[in-house]
Amino acid sequence: MNTYYNPEDLAKFSTMGEEAPKLWESFMNYYGQVFADGALSAKEKSLIAFAVALTVQCPYCIDSYTNDYLEKGGNEEELTEAAHVACAIRGGASLVHGVQMKNIVKDQMF
Amino acid sequence: MENLCEEVKSLPPFQEVCPEAYQYTVEKPSVLQINVGRKCNLACRHCHLECGPNRREIMGRDVLEVCLRVYQRHGYDTIDITGGAPEMCPDLKWFIQEAKKLCSHIIVRSNGVIWLEPGYEDFPEFFANHGVELFLSLPYYRAKEADRQRGEGTFHREIACIQRINGLGYGKGEGLTLNLVYNPNGALLPPPQEAMEQEYKERLSRDFGICFDHLYCITNNPMGRFSQFLKRNGNLEKYMQKLYQALNPAAFEGMMCRSQISVGYDGRVYDCDFNQAGELPIAGRKSIFDLAEEDYSPRHIVFGRHCYGCTAGAGSS
Repeated sequence: MNTYYNPEDLAKFSTMGEEAPKLWESFMNYYGQVFADGALSAKEKSLIAFAVALTVQCPYCIDSYTNDYLEKGGNEEELTEAAHVACAIRGGASLVHGVQMKNIVKDQMF
Repeated sequence: MENLCEEVKSLPPFQEVCPEAYQYTVEKPSVLQINVGRKCNLACRHCHLECGPNRREIMGRDVLEVCLRVYQRHGYDTIDITGGAPEMCPDLKWFIQEAKKLCSHIIVRSNGVIWLEPGYEDFPEFFANHGVELFLSLPYYRAKEADRQRGEGTFHREIACIQRINGLGYGKGEGLTLNLVYNPNGALLPPPQEAMEQEYKERLSRDFGICFDHLYCITNNPMGRFSQFLKRNGNLEKYMQKLYQALNPAAFEGMMCRSQISVGYDGRVYDCDFNQAGELPIAGRKSIFDLAEEDYSPRHIVFGRHCYGCTAGAGSS
């Protein structure tokens, strides 16, 4: 193996059920229900999944949900805006933690 | 044209997967599909027949005449005219006038923008006057994606054409049916048809005041120009695997090859337009002239690995 991430590994995802079939089955049932049409459409959920995939930086999920969203009729402009949403939340989260820094400064310094 | 799909040996041959019962045409066929030529004003990147402005193949009146004889003799109920741009066949108007005497359901698959070219401007009114059902390919509801597939500026020109035929009564539920056709912008499967139709209706109505009857979401068939795109980008095997993994057994029954015949510009006969692209004539290799001399009987369909394009997901026929 030359890299920790190999595109072919995505197809081996189901091997995670080999030693824990009940857990795998429960997870897949849950997963399927999560992404079905509900109060949110399957397409909307796919875009959320893409943004979360960027946030957790999972290359398998980014591949899967870029394809999935396009195959649900979405487009590059919408995916790009979703990427910026993920970026804004991540960046904002860093920045808002700066308040903790300020609290410490206020507490510790003259 | 080379059939690149057959290079993908990791997929089983389609006839090994398709149930025997669906490997034959039905007892009573319904659609006589006529490809009147490969000449086209556009050169779309997904075109399985590699149609374009430089092509010269056009159906002659002798073939069109015998198509009418076969239509009557074999008992079809629909004439489905495709191309290329069908309007570029000089005998198209004559043919539709004659066909109208025999057939109440005539379909023309057009790119729409041909009606803006000199000499083709009156086709919308001609189609309306003859009650022709129109299928216009519109690969997306935004210019960027549609133009990437069909050529710069095509989207807005087609929008103008659709607005014009809406003005003639097309797409308003008043008897002149206008269908739009979506196909993916690359090596992707199409979205669910019902949801996409709703999205198209909302976007096209909001952005351009356009209405239409139905949207058909079709799969890009890995033949011709599209298969070359896949090969160039190293996606041929991956795309074929995607089609195979999405195989839907319920789609076998509705495969279009089971209820139609497809006539090429030169009178050669195929089970479908994709088989035309692969130069895979019907079993027995009979021409439309041969078929005019005999009654219809069910035939064994000629399959190839490209047929997985018709059975992926919801099916695409």
